[in-house]
Amino acid sequence: MAFDQDTVRRTAHLARMALPQTEIPAVAEQLERIMELIGTLRAIGTEDTSPMAHPLDLDQPLRSDTVDHRDRRAVLMANAPAVEHGLFLVPKVIE
Amino acid sequence: MGWEVVIGLEVHAQLNTATKIFCGCSTTFGAEPNSHTCPVCLAMPGALPVLNEAAVDKAIALGLAIGAELNRQSVFARKNYFYPDLPKGYQISQYELPVVGKGTLTISLTDGTEKVVGVTRAHLEEDAGKSLHEAFVDQSGIDLNRAGTPLLEIVSEPDMRSPAEAVAYLKKLHALVRYLDICDGNMQEGSFRCDANVSLRRPGAPLGTRAEIKNLNSFRFLEKALEYEIARQRDILERGGCIVQETRLYDAGRGETRSMRSKEEANDYRYFPDPDLLPLVLDPARIARVRGTLPELPDIKRARFMRQYALPAYDAGVLTMSRVLADYYEQVAVGVDSKLAANWVMGELLGALNKAGIEIETCPVSAEKLRLLVQRIEDQTISGKIAKEIFEDLFHSGGEVDAIIEKRGLRQITDTGAIAALVDGIVAAHPQQVADFRAGKDKLLGFFVGQVMKASKGKANPDQVNTILLERLRKE
Repeated sequence: MAFDQDTVRRTAHLARMALPQTEIPAVAEQLERIMELIGTLRAIGTEDTSPMAHPLDLDQPLRSDTVDHRDRRAVLMANAPAVEHGLFLVPKVIE
Repeated sequence: MGWEVVIGLEVHAQLNTATKIFCGCSTTFGAEPNSHTCPVCLAMPGALPVLNEAAVDKAIALGLAIGAELNRQSVFARKNYFYPDLPKGYQISQYELPVVGKGTLTISLTDGTEKVVGVTRAHLEEDAGKSLHEAFVDQSGIDLNRAGTPLLEIVSEPDMRSPAEAVAYLKKLHALVRYLDICDGNMQEGSFRCDANVSLRRPGAPLGTRAEIKNLNSFRFLEKALEYEIARQRDILERGGCIVQETRLYDAGRGETRSMRSKEEANDYRYFPDPDLLPLVLDPARIARVRGTLPELPDIKRARFMRQYALPAYDAGVLTMSRVLADYYEQVAVGVDSKLAANWVMGELLGALNKAGIEIETCPVSAEKLRLLVQRIEDQTISGKIAKEIFEDLFHSGGEVDAIIEKRGLRQITDTGAIAALVDGIVAAHPQQVADFRAGKDKLLGFFVGQVMKASKGKANPDQVNTILLERLRKE
């Protein structure tokens, strides 16, 4: 698969990464190599193997529905860049 | 040739668990902003989710109630998108393998027929937080108390053909989740909300391009939004235009849907299995245990009401809309005429609740009091008309049925002698009307009944008044 510059730009945008124009060709080449590796993996015959959702052969443990909570708001919000009235502040977002 | 409307609904039911789906934070509504948060729901590095078993059990309950396939193994996936109220940068949801597979829901249509609507799937996922835009300039405030609240997303097949069918489906599902006690159904607070997919096509043609209307939080908004959207699409198609696949918002104030600024890559969620969570395996013992806790479901209760109380289908349907209402009715109907009890619950009671804007759960008149009131009509202590006055009193001021009857002197007059005296007085006072009646003006009977009832302050037994009046008036 050809990893062209547009695909790199779109992928960077999806990941919200600021990628300078000058770095795009190099990143495209790196991604291309990763895709080659995936291509190699794809060539392995897996017809007789059922898909796994997780590398561990275990079931999801469950938790009882019991409140386990202390109000640690002050500590948890301590490293937020901006806080007011107990709310995290972010640049305005309106859909 | 006309257009066929095709509607499918995606419903988000907030599961009424005590804690969030992947952490022990409380889900109580209305707490101080961000006070119900922890490293897991704030997405602190290294924090790991652990699944809440109550959320799983509630999903199983819904699956059993709609006769769905329960997937013995289901998988949690990450749905990736960026929004400030989603701290991890992805929502934990289920994608390829949801916990609940195909099921059905039967709806009743206004023409009395029934229709089976397919449910494609229901999957567990976490809710996002809330963004508050009003209070700040150039900034939004983020409250993550709701982040991580368990949701069950219930997706229907595109089986509905009109707004009325969509509303019937949503109402049925709303009643069901409340019966099952898996969701409080509070639409205003957003505990039960709906997205609608709608498209038009020529009958028999493949599905048309659809628009998705987001976040409809009342039955009326769903109906209005669909009506508007159908008219909009029909207009475009008839002018030879094309429908753009997009997400639209319903503006209740203007009664119209409008396009949300469509983000080019909005639908590229890049789902993949969440490596922090193992596959969810439902063991038969768990399913059996949940099955054992299921209440009598609405359809079965409705059939029983028709059989046990000899009620018409309509009455049985209304009375079984909610479990609390059905229980209330059954308490009223003990030892009294079941149809009379149904009329009182559906008429006076629901009317008064509706007018006062309160729910049956907080009804000021207990079922026991209403039963006593109906009993007093049956034993002829009071007339139906007086009973309505007493009901008003009970509803607005409280008190006891018998005490109100005695205190206000409302006991019905059933003494034939006393009624005859009242009748004689009225007949004597209206010689002209008596002559007219005898000359053939039958309609005047109503006038005489009215006069006697007025003279008795509404307390005379209407049947006896009728009989004695006719007897006196026909006597030359």
